[in-house]
Amino acid sequence: MIHSLFLINHSGDIFLEKHWKSVISRSVCDYFFEAKEKAVEPENVAPVLQTPHHYLISIYRGKLFFLSVIQTEVPPLFVIEFLHRVADTIQVNRSSSDSGGGSNVGDTLPTGQLSNVPWRRAGVKYTNNEAYFDVIEEIDAILDKSGTTVFAEIQGVIEACVRLTGMPDLTLSFMNPRLLDDVSFHPCVRFKRWEAERVLSFIPPDGNFTLMNYHVSSQNLVAIPVYVKQSISFFETGPCGRLDITIGPKQNMGKTVENMMVTIHMPKAVLSANLTATQGNYTYDITTKVLVWDIGKLNPQKLPNLRGSLSIQAGTPKPEENPSLNIDLKIQQVAISGLKVSRLDMYGEKYKPFKGVKYLTKAGKFQVRT
Amino acid sequence: MQEWANQLCENRQFGSKMTDSKYFTTTKKGEIFELKAELNSDKKEKKKEAVKKVIASMTVGKDVSALFPDVVNCMQTDNLELKKLVYLYLMNYAKSQPDMAIMAVNTFVKDCEDPNPLIRALAVRTMGCIRVDKITEYLCEPLRKCLKDEDPYVRKTAAVCVAKLHDINAQLVEDQGFLDTLKDLISDSNPMVVANAVAALSEIAESHPNSNLLDLNPQTINKLLTALNECTEWGQIFILDCLANYTPRDDRESQSICERVTPRLSHANSAVVLSAVKVLMKFMEMLPKDLDYYGTLLKKLAPPLVTLLSAEPELQYVALRNINLIVQRRPEILKHEMKVFFVKYNDPIYVKLEKLDIMIRLASQANIAQVLAELKEYATEVDVDFVRKAVRAIGRCAIKVEQSAERCVSTLLDLIQTKVNYVVQEAIVVIKDIFRKYPNKYESVIATLCENLDSLDEPEARAAMIWIVGEYAERIDNADELLESFLEGFHDESTQVQLQLLTAIVKLFLKKPTETQELVQQVLSLATQDSDNPDLRDRGYIYWRLLSTDPVAAKEVVLAEKPLISEETDLIEPTLLEELICHIGTLASVYHKPPSAFVEGSRGVQHKRLPGSAGSADSVDSPDTASAAGVSEAPPAVIPSQGDLLGDLLNLDLTPPTATGPPPAPSSGLQMGAMDLLGGGLDSLPPIPLRTDTPQSPQFYHQSPSPPDYSPTELGGDLGGSPALGAGFGAPPAAMPASFNAPVSGGLDDLFDLGGGVGMPMGSYSPPKTVWLPAMKAKGLEISGTFARRAGVIQMEMTLTNKAMSVMTDFAIQFNRNSFGLAPAGPLQILTPLSPNQSIEAALPLSTVGPVMKMEPLTNLQVAVKNNIDVFYFSCQYPISMLFVEDGKMERQVFLATWKDIPNDNESQFQIKDCHLNSDAASNKLQGSNVFTIAKRTVEGQDMLYQSMKLTNGIWVLAELRVQTGNPNYTVSLKCRAPEVSQCVFQSYEAMLKN
Repeated sequence: MIHSLFLINHSGDIFLEKHWKSVISRSVCDYFFEAKEKAVEPENVAPVLQTPHHYLISIYRGKLFFLSVIQTEVPPLFVIEFLHRVADTIQVNRSSSDSGGGSNVGDTLPTGQLSNVPWRRAGVKYTNNEAYFDVIEEIDAILDKSGTTVFAEIQGVIEACVRLTGMPDLTLSFMNPRLLDDVSFHPCVRFKRWEAERVLSFIPPDGNFTLMNYHVSSQNLVAIPVYVKQSISFFETGPCGRLDITIGPKQNMGKTVENMMVTIHMPKAVLSANLTATQGNYTYDITTKVLVWDIGKLNPQKLPNLRGSLSIQAGTPKPEENPSLNIDLKIQQVAISGLKVSRLDMYGEKYKPFKGVKYLTKAGKFQVRT
Repeated sequence: MQEWANQLCENRQFGSKMTDSKYFTTTKKGEIFELKAELNSDKKEKKKEAVKKVIASMTVGKDVSALFPDVVNCMQTDNLELKKLVYLYLMNYAKSQPDMAIMAVNTFVKDCEDPNPLIRALAVRTMGCIRVDKITEYLCEPLRKCLKDEDPYVRKTAAVCVAKLHDINAQLVEDQGFLDTLKDLISDSNPMVVANAVAALSEIAESHPNSNLLDLNPQTINKLLTALNECTEWGQIFILDCLANYTPRDDRESQSICERVTPRLSHANSAVVLSAVKVLMKFMEMLPKDLDYYGTLLKKLAPPLVTLLSAEPELQYVALRNINLIVQRRPEILKHEMKVFFVKYNDPIYVKLEKLDIMIRLASQANIAQVLAELKEYATEVDVDFVRKAVRAIGRCAIKVEQSAERCVSTLLDLIQTKVNYVVQEAIVVIKDIFRKYPNKYESVIATLCENLDSLDEPEARAAMIWIVGEYAERIDNADELLESFLEGFHDESTQVQLQLLTAIVKLFLKKPTETQELVQQVLSLATQDSDNPDLRDRGYIYWRLLSTDPVAAKEVVLAEKPLISEETDLIEPTLLEELICHIGTLASVYHKPPSAFVEGSRGVQHKRLPGSAGSADSVDSPDTASAAGVSEAPPAVIPSQGDLLGDLLNLDLTPPTATGPPPAPSSGLQMGAMDLLGGGLDSLPPIPLRTDTPQSPQFYHQSPSPPDYSPTELGGDLGGSPALGAGFGAPPAAMPASFNAPVSGGLDDLFDLGGGVGMPMGSYSPPKTVWLPAMKAKGLEISGTFARRAGVIQMEMTLTNKAMSVMTDFAIQFNRNSFGLAPAGPLQILTPLSPNQSIEAALPLSTVGPVMKMEPLTNLQVAVKNNIDVFYFSCQYPISMLFVEDGKMERQVFLATWKDIPNDNESQFQIKDCHLNSDAASNKLQGSNVFTIAKRTVEGQDMLYQSMKLTNGIWVLAELRVQTGNPNYTVSLKCRAPEVSQCVFQSYEAMLKN
């Protein structure tokens, strides 16, 4: 399967290699570097590359490439998933060693694998028994020039933090489970009960884990929490253009929109921006051509506006492409899909745990075309 | 995989743990010595610390192998952590210290019987990771016990160990009966054990495609399905992939499997989801379409596929490639999901292009408005490739959805108005297709197109525009002016444009004969007389004759009604699609090619088929016969027997081997003999690439830069043992005409020396042309020629001169069998008749996959050339340097070892006199001909160059070239396992250096 693994940094240095079976020369990475060179942006390197004798499957995470070399027919998703796990592990290790975390070398081998509940160790004990659930939703959307929704969907996740003594058996039910189009569960969730009753029944792992991921697709109406009025135009003559953006709240269920931020990748010809913001600050990075407008809280009484002129390199033709706006935002205490947990019950143990559910809505890939 | 994950994490953990930096301080002198003392300390704690330090040094790449015995001594401990560390050390160094590793065997065997199951498992796992032959023998007994251990953790570890052992020593595993034990484990009570047994069997089966290891029956299927629910995610992938190979007996079994697999669609691991999709897509084939469950299943498949698209971009890419297949097979699954394929501006380019492709496949009357709006948006993006594809996509929509054609055309016109160069060009290319699909409908836009004539600089766009002008010449007033403007630079245009221009002007002439007589004559003469492109000339002549003999017929031919173009483009051919559906989630599905086309060493890969539907159950019953038929079909070979030698040469109607077809396989007897002679006991002689790839994979064969590798040992091993004089050789070419053996006069060299090395600026050495076939012997045909290696291709470059009184036509060429299997790689390209006193140059690319027979001298080549008059034979010699391949540079170490390894008897020494180059210039010169200098040593004013070269048939030649400053005489020592070639190589050396 995976023959070798190389970790390569942003600038193309191999700083870690691991070989199973036998050593494959680093020169195999040259094919990858060639593709990287061609792709210009590291994000654009194709994840599966073919070389005369090997296949190179890579992921790009946190400015690192994780490159695996394989020789036989292997499910590429298997490899990619695995690489992402490796990346996760490394990130965890990084942070735990930064914070001076304890020994990672356990004196015991993984034990859970043999029990009927492999994800939970036996003999868990807490003085404070608690179970918290965070329902986090991300809105992926594309709005067109006029503000109409071209496409919108919601990716949701329920993160859990469960510290309960013994072998608790939990049941979590929703007010409106039929909203969910597609779900994927932590292995602890009993799938049959979900199929039959639409409740999540499970013996939780100990500590933090992802209980479920879900997807509310464009078939359902997805509420868009803000509207964006914008115009970016470049004049046929003269080296300048105009920009005018206003943002206002739309469907946000009475909650405040926070951490509002607009990011625009300007055409290459745009040299500088001379703008005024009625709220927040803006920056324009001349090298990357990225305009960022950090707004903060959205005030429904006084709508934030950014306007002014853009100057274009003299002698260049009017830019053809229309820049897209990338929107970031956060709404506390709301799951924008309307998903609500109705109750959480515990069986199998006698004590009364603390329970809590929090909701959060964020912008995922939220784009406005101009 | 589980193993790796553990292993990897452990390694990582050691790494990060050790950022307790004390372990990673730089090595000081005597550190090894210090560690040694600590390792032998009586205090347990000190010992453990010392081992940790050793592992830390190992992790950062320091050599601590010297401590092997001391570390192994620490192995006997009841401290689990210490034991793990020692095992880690062993895995790393056992291979370099196999003899020492034996010392550890006893402890391993003991640990395999430890009361603690964790230690038993750890021991058997580590033994499996130590890839040392000597240890494997000792591994068998403990492994057998562990496979039947009472603890499932030990059994599951042992199962994986069998696969590892199989990789080291397959025979041993089979002899010991481990495969049967492994099969038994599929029925184990523990799901993890089942999953690992399946994983191990799958891995073993990969190297033995026909071994029938995973013999699936309803009972085992049931076991697998039970284990599926309980094992880890990685185990689930193995089980699902294994299930996909099963063919259910009937639709009921098929449905029940589907029902038990569908919950996997809700798994968080995308690889599990895709493997489940594969099983369902395959088994669905057997369900009757009117079954309720069929509809339910279709509905269940869409959401998980959509969810895959919100994962990381790399996962999205693989998912999209697979969705592309699924959409072609069952468009109904995703027909309502168009929007999820809309492109976000910050998607990576590889995701964008795939999404676009799927959008077109899903486009229908219902959603075309949305799609068009999107495509128009994309056409203003930044990325040029993406924009081009988007513009093409608009054209494809027009052709696919008739109702939308008008809107597509107007969208394209809008885009043309942007005047962005590449957008305009793409738009014109697709508008041409739209014209063909809907004739006489949108010609009103021609005027707009004509306005952009000047901005077209890509051949495809120019050709498309010219086609449009020619096709609608009667409606374009100034068509003749437009076409004439293209004609000015006729010879600078690409072939595509030239052909199109020729046709367009002929069309114009047929439509408006009076005004365009001059123009048509001009183009015909340009095409037939001034061009050296055979296609263009042929077409020109055809038109010329048509027009001059029968203008009416010409009209019927040139202005004939064109066949309609198909609606869908780029569809995968149905049988390939069926096979690919069976390979969802694999590399094959990413490349859209059958695995047999590109997975190395997969000659025996079975072609998978979808099961028949419920109605045709009988065809399902025999999947084995069907797949057996697909197994490595040998290419149909035309094997001329030895006695047919003359007939073979005379029979010039035999089509020359084309690059796509299977090469003619040489008769085996002959081939064996020749190989033995050349290679006599040579261990690395892969003489003739015995291609086994079937003709289904021609495109792939073309793409791969080098021909597929075949394990040389397989052939070499068999042949090395057979007697040196094979039965096949020995039969001399008895029936050869006398002229064959007549040596070519060398005296003519100078007369025909065309300035030596003309056209060889820096490439390999090519001798000057010599007369191979004098006109007196060939009824007026004179052939002189030479050989050259250009960009890795061997070419036979000839000048053919007609010294007779009549025209010569119908040239063809064929070679006799020769020492290195040289054969024409294509037909001889002399397409025009050769008039009296005319000369023509012809370059014939050669392949080295032809039949082999040892010649005397070795580089002798017997050639037959045919023309309309007769068949002529001649023989010539090629410099052996033509056969030196580009990858002939040996690694230094390998060179050293090989030099020592080749017996001294095989060494021959030659003198090259009167050579006035210094060693560097000589090295450079030789390098041009693929003689690579590996090392240079200077001893007492004498430069010694060590060089290697490799022949096309894999024979290595090693050389030592001694150059004494001020002495014009060089000494060359050649070492080769096939000493026969030395003489030829020496001659080449002389020729290369002196030219």
